Amino acid sequence: MTAAAIAAPLEVLTLSLQGETFALDAAIVHEILDWVPITEVPNARPFVGGLLNVRGKVVPFADLRVSFGMERPERTQDTRIVVIGVPLAGEPTLVGILAEKVFEVTTLLPAALEEPPPIGMRWNPEFIRAIGKRGDDFIIVLAIDRVFAAQEAASRH
Amino acid sequence: MSPDPAAVFRQEAQDLFEQLEQALLDLERLPGDQDLINTAFRALHTVKGSGAMFGFDALARFTHHLESAFDGVRNGKAVASPGLISLTLSAIDHMRALMDPSADQPDPEGEALIGRLRQMTESAAPPQAAATAAATAADAPGESTYRIWFRLPADALERGINPLLLLDELRALGPCRTVALTGRLPPLEALPPGALFLDWEVMLTTAAPRSAIDDVFIFVFDDMDLQVERLADPEAGPRLGEILVERGDAAPEAEAPAVSGDSLKSALNEQTPLRQAAPGRQSAGDSIRIQAQHLDELIDRVGQLVIAQARLKQLAASEANGLFKPVAEEIERLSNELRDTTMGIRMVPIGSLFGRFRRLVRDLAEELGKDILLTTAGEETELDKTVIERLNDPLVHLVRNALDHGIESPEQRQAAGKPRQGRVQLSAVHSGAQVLISIKDDGRGLDLAAIRARAEENGLIPPGARLSDQELYLCIFQPGFSTARAVSSLSGRGVGMDVVKRAIEGLRGLVEVGSSPGQGTEITLRLPLTLAIIDGLLIRVGRGRYIIPLAAVEECVELSLADDLRSKGRSFLNLRGDLVPFLRLRDLFASPLPADPFQKVVIVSSGEQRVGLVVDQVIGDHQTVIKSLSRLHADVESFSGATILGDGSVALILDVPHLVEAGQRHDALAAAS
Repeated sequence: MTAAAIAAPLEVLTLSLQGETFALDAAIVHEILDWVPITEVPNARPFVGGLLNVRGKVVPFADLRVSFGMERPERTQDTRIVVIGVPLAGEPTLVGILAEKVFEVTTLLPAALEEPPPIGMRWNPEFIRAIGKRGDDFIIVLAIDRVFAAQEAASRH
Repeated sequence: MSPDPAAVFRQEAQDLFEQLEQALLDLERLPGDQDLINTAFRALHTVKGSGAMFGFDALARFTHHLESAFDGVRNGKAVASPGLISLTLSAIDHMRALMDPSADQPDPEGEALIGRLRQMTESAAPPQAAATAAATAADAPGESTYRIWFRLPADALERGINPLLLLDELRALGPCRTVALTGRLPPLEALPPGALFLDWEVMLTTAAPRSAIDDVFIFVFDDMDLQVERLADPEAGPRLGEILVERGDAAPEAEAPAVSGDSLKSALNEQTPLRQAAPGRQSAGDSIRIQAQHLDELIDRVGQLVIAQARLKQLAASEANGLFKPVAEEIERLSNELRDTTMGIRMVPIGSLFGRFRRLVRDLAEELGKDILLTTAGEETELDKTVIERLNDPLVHLVRNALDHGIESPEQRQAAGKPRQGRVQLSAVHSGAQVLISIKDDGRGLDLAAIRARAEENGLIPPGARLSDQELYLCIFQPGFSTARAVSSLSGRGVGMDVVKRAIEGLRGLVEVGSSPGQGTEITLRLPLTLAIIDGLLIRVGRGRYIIPLAAVEECVELSLADDLRSKGRSFLNLRGDLVPFLRLRDLFASPLPADPFQKVVIVSSGEQRVGLVVDQVIGDHQTVIKSLSRLHADVESFSGATILGDGSVALILDVPHLVEAGQRHDALAAAS
């Protein structure tokens, strides 16, 4: 799961959160939904504040902006829900995550990927698998398993 | 997708071992009961026969010796002594070990058991010749001739049943004339390879009793057609023509206009082929074994149907067209019935679970040097299969605790003026939409002072806290709590009781404790009947809609202005003279919207306790398909799950026991202040 492990071209879905471009391994993406009503879970942590119905399944709704300490403005017409599969304590689990905007599915070549710098970042480097370059922009490849593992651990206390 | 025959046998063998164990334990109390002896013998015979067929040779060889021993018991040549029963119980454990395919190795332990078995049977055997003669005389004087017709299921070969072995076993009983009936055989091009279309008819002349023939088929009995008839005098049978006419009437599959070669052949061979229901067939056809996975899929589909039906109901209610509504109601009725039937399939009597404890109690009591009688009640009480499976571990903990800590040693009991034999009772009973399971012992009872001291020592309660007995009892379910002074191999490590509580809460149940010093302890588990679909009451709080399980709802009342205002300091409701504490779900859920002008109170109960939940609106009843919450919401305590409403949105299901507990705490705090 470290950047060094990325040897082959990586197919990713890119999306935007608070002006930053994030990339998710396309293999874990199940579908992208237009906005649907989210059921609020009272007293839940803000990261997983809601639930939604994905084809008859009740799926937790997660906001990655919480993990990255970002502002959380109201949704716009571009806001989407990306349904992904993540392992939680060994069990594959469907989760809907918020995307302020979904860009595209693209391929990142290993040459364009760098390890996240250990210092000089606003965010927990644990949550970042690699940093990709695309023109003048940076793409942050998420270590989504670790983001959720940290949250799952937090829910046990 | 034909299942692996070895896996099928493994499962069957587990059932047989259980049957055998039950029969042996009963035999201990009722020595000489012929039905029990027969049950034990049949189980052993089936294990041996099926085991050999499916390649469990070591198991078959080992079981053969036990079977012979019980054959002796069955024929009155030996007695089912306590020694034999104990030995056989240990042998069952060994047989379980032999189920492991890698166990087909030199088997010193098995040899030792067989050696002991031999000694026992030889010394216990009454004069052999006389007994044999008597048994034969009682059953069948001299030789008789039987006509045996049997048909195996079409997939018999795929399941590893070898008809040749069956025929060989029949031949071993006496001279046979065998005819294979090929009438059902399809043309070659239509013949599915591996399927079995042959039937057999066998004329057997033997001195063995009729039961010996049944024993040959015993391990395929449930799936086959078998007809056995004893011929009074084979030479004096009806004439061939009569036989054929009769056969044509009774066996419609021989439908050829002319007499088929088969019928003729068999009629010639058997003289009197009659179609007569074999004894035992009725009971065998009553149940089938299906994979739990198929059942789960079915439940899932029914769940989806119920959700779709809820949507239809909502649409029908808003539709002006009067023709639409009756159809929607009809579908509602049907889907409700389908739901109930499907849920019924999942229900299993709890007796199967209780049964396992007899062996546990017997062995533990022996190990502890205590004399303990386990009694059970309400075995027929049915519970969801999943609930039963997940109850096993908590019950093991509770029973072990009762035996180890609850029941005193015989000497202590005698000194306390109690009978030497301790009693533990497992019982189950329905109570509304819940099942109460209790484990009751007549031991020393819980030591309140010791619990208090221990709880204070562990910092679970502040020193000198004023707590009710019930609250103190519940301390024993806290993690790391144990009052046992010495750690025994059985329990007393301080783990266990908290596991019990968590497991029961995981099943949406509750644990209650009652105890009186010197008289005993009773632990009651309150469990919901099912985990899949429930009737719910749909309510609204602020913007959110929630489900309250209808089984927990006692009544709905309006929150009077007086109660509303008065409750700023104390949240109590005067309900026909009773003071009921209430919780404002708006506050609990931090709803930002202003309250509705006429709030309602839904009175819910859990166990003996009641609490009112203040809501903005009561919407109505709702068929609730329970979906569990993911691990990400493991820290959210007020909800036990979620469901999907008619409009496709998600609603949370309130965890009533948890809310009642919170309400009672609130109550206690208010009372203390």
